This record gives sequence, structure tokens and C-alpha cells, in this order.
Amino acid sequence: MNNDKVKQILTSNEMIVACIIIGLCIIIGIVNPMFVGQHTAINLSRAMLVTLIFAIAEMIVIVSGGIDVSFPAVACISLYATIKFMNANSIDSVLFAFAMSGGIGIVCGLLNAILVSKIKIPPLIATLGVSSLLNGITLAYLGAANISKIPDNVDSLSQQFIYTYTNEAGIKYALTVLILIPIVLYILAYVVLKYTMLGRGIYAIGGDKNAARIAGFNIIKIQFIVYMTAGFLAGIGGMTYTILMRQAGPQSLMGAEMMVIAAIVIGGTRITGGHGSVIGTLLGVTLIALVQNNLIMLGVPTHFQTFIVGFIIVVGTVITSIRVRYIDAKPKV
Amino acid sequence: MSEVFLKLDNIKKSFGGVHALKGVNLEVKLGEVHCLAGENGCGKSTLIKVISGVHDPTSGDIYIEGKKITKLTPIEAIKMGIQVIYQDFAIFPNLTVAENIAMNNALMTGTKTMNWKKARKIALEAMSRIGVSIDPDLLVERLSVANKQIVAICRAIINDAKMVILDEPTTALTSKEVDRLNEIIFNLRDKNIAVVIVNHKLDEIYQVAKQLTILRNGENVATGGIEEFDRGRFINCLTGRDIQEDFYRPEPSDQEVLKVENYTKKGMFENISFTLNKGDVLGITGLLGSGRSEIGDALFGLIAVESGNITLNDNPITINSIQEAIKNKIAYVPEDRLTQGLFLKRSIEDNTIAASIGKYLKNFKLDQHAMTEVTNMWIKKIGCVAASSQVPINTLSGGNAQKIVIAKWLNTNPSLIILNGPTVGVDIGAKADIHKILHDLAAEGVGVIVISDDLSEIIQNCNKIIVMEDGKIISNTDSSELDEEKLAKLLTGTVMAEGGVANE
Ligand SMILES: Nc1ncnc2c1ncn2[C@@H]1O[C@H](COP(=O)(O)OP(=O)(O)OP(=O)(O)O)[C@@H](O)[C@H]1O
Ligand SMILES: [Mg+2]
Repeated sequence: MNNDKVKQILTSNEMIVACIIIGLCIIIGIVNPMFVGQHTAINLSRAMLVTLIFAIAEMIVIVSGGIDVSFPAVACISLYATIKFMNANSIDSVLFAFAMSGGIGIVCGLLNAILVSKIKIPPLIATLGVSSLLNGITLAYLGAANISKIPDNVDSLSQQFIYTYTNEAGIKYALTVLILIPIVLYILAYVVLKYTMLGRGIYAIGGDKNAARIAGFNIIKIQFIVYMTAGFLAGIGGMTYTILMRQAGPQSLMGAEMMVIAAIVIGGTRITGGHGSVIGTLLGVTLIALVQNNLIMLGVPTHFQTFIVGFIIVVGTVITSIRVRYIDAKPKV
Repeated sequence: MSEVFLKLDNIKKSFGGVHALKGVNLEVKLGEVHCLAGENGCGKSTLIKVISGVHDPTSGDIYIEGKKITKLTPIEAIKMGIQVIYQDFAIFPNLTVAENIAMNNALMTGTKTMNWKKARKIALEAMSRIGVSIDPDLLVERLSVANKQIVAICRAIINDAKMVILDEPTTALTSKEVDRLNEIIFNLRDKNIAVVIVNHKLDEIYQVAKQLTILRNGENVATGGIEEFDRGRFINCLTGRDIQEDFYRPEPSDQEVLKVENYTKKGMFENISFTLNKGDVLGITGLLGSGRSEIGDALFGLIAVESGNITLNDNPITINSIQEAIKNKIAYVPEDRLTQGLFLKRSIEDNTIAASIGKYLKNFKLDQHAMTEVTNMWIKKIGCVAASSQVPINTLSGGNAQKIVIAKWLNTNPSLIILNGPTVGVDIGAKADIHKILHDLAAEGVGVIVISDDLSEIIQNCNKIIVMEDGKIISNTDSSELDEEKLAKLLTGTVMAEGGVANE
């Protein structure tokens, strides 16, 4: 009995990914001792920061039985419109930047929700459509040029750190204050998904929509909340990216969806809905970021890295789906 | 004098042009077990969904405890004490047992937070009330069908239910589990809960029901105490015709169709040998886990065996994959029809021709006309109630969907057809029709194997019967030498020997 539970934990997806991460770190560390140290953690955190925000939003959508491929477009339109508006009206407030970007995101999410939940268009098609619609609007009405003038107060956020570290060679590594955003988000998501009826409802509709309806869940309400939250977080993620890069680009995040979805799936979320965890998502993003950013330390040539990243995604997703099949085939109790 | 809990007056319900209910009346009292019977597609499940607030009736009145209800939503119905265990259970495979059981309670009280400790406690309490124990932390997708149903029952009884409705609860249960379910039902009845049960198996109805309401084509046919219905009247009310429940006794023949020798897959079955002659319908029965289903799976290439020879129509063949099985014209009607047998969102026609599509491919084009024609032929022949051949499977009633699985495989013109639980959830009239089709096939020289735990089906429908235990054949005889009682003894003998293992 107890043995069974220990075994369950040891063979859980989270555990497997965690082991792969540790193994990879050890290998990189042996090949290149430069890897070991606080600076790696700081660099990695910075590299993962925005992906983490997108990933938690996408995971919630997928758990609910949907998918949202429009978040890069939502993020781009939110961040670009906000920066443009603020520059034009000489507004300079961090709070305003996030509020407006998130607000635009919510409106885009609302559009997704209406298409998916009310008009009942398959989520992939609906969000794909919204994605190209938004991208078109951004380019046609807002502009195509990158803006490097970010309002001062907003821009200064990129120079605020919660932790700095100087190595022997005197190189300074600093952890941006923006890392607090994903930290707070992940804690919040964990609590909401596990300990509220809204969270359980998201899992329930992802597991069996019909059963959820019969049980008395308000499916439409839950779907609206899910897609609007995803839109909001896309807006927040977009603004965070702008501050981090100190530049607002109308296309800067396009194409991010593949990597984010891959990270989520590697983290154990089932693309068919109903299964997924916050910790798994964190680990999935970590693994991909680790591979993307540190292969160079193993002496892998640059053009080869894309291949390796792709390879890991394929292997990771294959392992996950084999696991699902293995669980299905296990004798029932 | 017990009081009336639920009264339905002239309930009508249409789906587009399909009139599923054409004015149904029903009265259920507290503390009584009321059986709702009728052929596939007569509207039983639809009626239940009206009672539980899932479907709005097109017209008609619902009275609960004497009060007229204008708008009934699922949550409203639960609040009034109506609990339903649906044909497909409607539970969440991705959530734990505890959560599934406690979910309704949480929704009903309108709490915003999820209390895992409380959920576990509620679940354990509910399970102990009906004398079962399943690990509350397991995910429901890991449970067997019988245990999934127990989860659904537990969920139904936690909320001070006043009425519990069970839609075909015994389709996936072994006879021992049916006994346990009956006890649970009596237990509910004695607590003054109204129980409504839908079932196609007459014997089981006689065991539990006190009151009977029979529907046909969405209308009431008869209602009254169970004692007013003998078997003949019951069948006549159900089907509108008389059905002889006689035995299958084919002309003896020595033309061998199928010969299986020393078929072995360690851990599942060992040294299985039997022959099947022209005209034979072979029944394989045994308890769950005795290897009966696995033999069917193996003959269709779903399981690779370790050793053994198969001769089909005098040709030695090997079957290591489904493709090989299909190439040798073997057809298989699987046990779990909803996941293995059908494309639920596709039309009846697409499903009927799914396994024989090659036949309709001419000059790289599908012969649409022939496909529709053959589908309509099967709909008629197999007695499927459907508006047209183009409606999607998921709008059919449970039993009618099952008939399409059988039609799909019959349409492949097989040399050997294996049916695993072929008439689960199929009404008594259609069952007779399906049996007739099988007997005709056997007479034409097609090998027919029926795997089932429905003993009366095996006894009446097969002329040879194999009983399995622990992967071995413990009896292989002509059905004329057996009756239901003897067969049951053979099986329960196994139960004794196994002790409490079946409970695991
Ligand atoms: N959602 C739907 N859309 C269209 N038709 C439907 C729908 N649900 C049920 N029907 C039709 O209503 C009729 C009654 O179906 P119902 O499921 O109530 O039958 P049933 O008595 O439960 O049969 P069974 O014994 O096979 O379960 C059938 O003809 C079915 O095709
Ligand atoms: Mg039904």
C-alpha cells in the first residue's frame, strides 16, 4: 500500500523530468565546470522568466480541455499598443503599463472565450484565427517598427534587482525584480488549481465536459474565466518581456507558442485535457531553458542546437504519451 | 402508506424532428423500487435526463413532493434529492475517487474552496455505508468498470438523496457484483429512498422491482405492480410481439470450420483447444479474469500468443496482428464498445461500413449509393431505432449504438466472428433478432463464438459451451447437457475456490 504510493511518486512525470534536469546539470557541469555556480541560476531565471508566465496560462487552458495558440499575438498587441499609447500621451507609470497591457489581453481573451464557448468553434481553430487577426491589426494599424523608447519609470524597472552576485573575476550577475511575477503567479496558480472549486472545475471540464455539466458546473463561466485569464497573463507576459528587452516589438514574441506548449507537455500536461500540474510546468520550462541556453557549454555548435532542442521536445513528448498509454494498459483495480 | 415523491404528467421531449418522448406519465413513491423498462430507444434515458434537469421537456409537468416544478436544472434536481447514476456514469476519469464522490456535495453547498480532508472523509463514509473499500486517492481512470460504478453510487448516496435513479447499472457487472448491487438497492429502499432502475434483463428486474412502468416508442404501455406481470405479458408489453425463448439446436455437421489447438499465453490462458463445426455457435463463459475475454482478444490479434495452432476452414493460419486477423476474415465485436468499437461523432453509415470500406471503393471513388443502401439494410435487419443512416452515433440510445457495432462487423462477411458480450444493453426483442442473425450465419458455415457472462444468453444461444477458470477450460460440453443452474454452479464453484479474491 505505502510502497505503492512511494512507487507512484517515484515514477511520476515530475520526478522523471526532475531527474533529467539534474542529470543534465551534472553532465554539463563535468564537461564545463564554468557551469557550476550562482550565475547559472541567475541567467537561467532571466531566460525562463517570460516563458514561465506564458506556460502557466497555457497549461490552465490545456487542462480545461482547450488550447490557446493566440497568446504570442495577444502579448504583442498588448505590449505594443500600451507602449505606443503611453509614449503618445506621455504617461509614465509602471502600474499603468501592466494594467493596460493586461486589460488589452483580457479583451483578446474574451474574444477567444466567445468563439470557443459560445459559438463552439474548436479552440485550435478559434485561437489560430484570433492570432492572425490580432497580428494583422498590430501591423496594419499600430506599426511595424520596433520602439526602443520605453517610458523612464517603466524602463528603470529593468535595472532593479533583488539579488546581485559578483564572481571572483569581478563580473556582476543580478537577478531582476521581475522574477517576482512568475513566482507569485505559480504560487497563486497552485493554490487556485488545487484548493478552490474553480480550480477543480477546470480539471473537471477537461476530464469530461458532459459529466461536469451534469454535476452542475457552469462550463461557460469556467471557460470564460480560463481564456480571459490566459489573455490577461499574455498581456502581463508581453509587458514583462518589453521591460526585460528594453524594447517594444510588434512581432517580438510571435512563434513562441511551440516552445511553450512543448515545455508544458514535457512537464506532464496531457494535450487532451484534464491532467497537468503547476510543478510539472515549472520543470518542463526549466528543462527546455536549460537545454536552449547551456548546450553551448557542451561545445555543441550553434546550428546544431536547434536540432537538439527539437530532438528533446520529440523525445519528451513521446515519453509522455507512452506513459499515458502505459497507464491505460495497466490492469484496472 | 408511502407517499408519492415524483409525478410526471404527459412529458414530451423532441430532439429536432425526433420525438423521443410523446407524453409519458410516471409516479414513483418513496421506499419503492420502480423499474423502468422498454426497448432500445424507447426513451428511458431521455426520461431520466428530464427528471434530473439535464433536458428541458418540450411540454408536460413535473411534480416533486406534490409541488409543481417549472424549471429544473441539474443542480436544482440534486438539491431536491434526486440523484442519477447514468448509463455512462458521468464521472471524472482524471480526478481521484474521493474527489469524484465528494464533488456533488461541494457543488451543492456552493462552497468555493476544495477541502481534500473532508472529501476523503465523505468518500470513506459513503463507501462504508455500502460495504466497499476503494483507495480514495486513486485516479478513477485506473478503476475497473464495476468500481467506477461503485464510485457513481457512492456519489449518489452522500447527499441525503430521496430518489436514486440507476440507468442500466448492471451491464458491466458479474453476477456476484449484481448481488451486491441488489443489496445496496434494498438498503436504500429500506431507508425510504425511492429507487428507479432501468434494466433489460428480466431476471434481474424480477429480483428487485416492486413497481413496473413499461415504455414503447416514447409512450406508456403498461404500469403496475410486478406481480401483475408474468414473463409472457412482460415480453409482450416490451416488444409488442411474442418471443419464443427456446434453445438453439443446429443440424449436426462434421464439416470443421475452426480448430484451435494448445493455444497458450502465459498468465492469461493455457492449452486451450476446441473445434467448431458448421452450424455451431460456441459460447465461452467464465468469471472476470478467467481468460474468456483474452481468448477473443488473442484470436483477433490484440494479444500475441506464445504457442498454439489455428486452422480456419482447413487452412493453418497464424494471427499475430489485427491486420492478419482481418486478412483471414476474422471479425471481433469488442467488450468495451464505446471506446473500441465506434466513431461516436460519425454517422451510422460511416460506422457501419468502417470495417469494410474496401468493398465500396470503385475506380478510386466511394459508391455512396451502395453504402447508404447496405446501411439501411442493416438498420432494418438488426432493428436499430434511428431517424436516418446519417445521424451521428452519439445521438443513438445505448442499445442502438451497440447494434451498429455488430452490424459493422457482420458487414465484413467474416469467416469467423467473435462477439464479446454482444448483447450487453440490448433489449430482449433485438437480442432475439441478433441471435437469429448469428444462427443463420452459423448455418452458412461461418464460425461464431460468443463470449459472455450472461448465462441465459449462453444457454439459449449456443449449442456448445466452454467454461473457463484461471485460464484453463474446466468444462466443454453440448448445451443440451447443461441448464442455467448447472452452469451457475460450475461458475460459483470457481468463486468458492477463489475466496475473496474477486473483491480486489
Ligand atoms: N441528443 C440527442 N439528439 C437526437 N436524438 C436523441 C438524442 N438523445 C436521444 N435521442 C433519441 O431519442 C430516442 C430515445 O433515446 P434514449 O437514449 O432515451 O433511449 P433508451 O430508452 O435509453 O434506450 P437504451 O435502452 O438503448 O438505452 C432515441 O431514438 C434516440 O436516438
Ligand atoms: Mg438508455
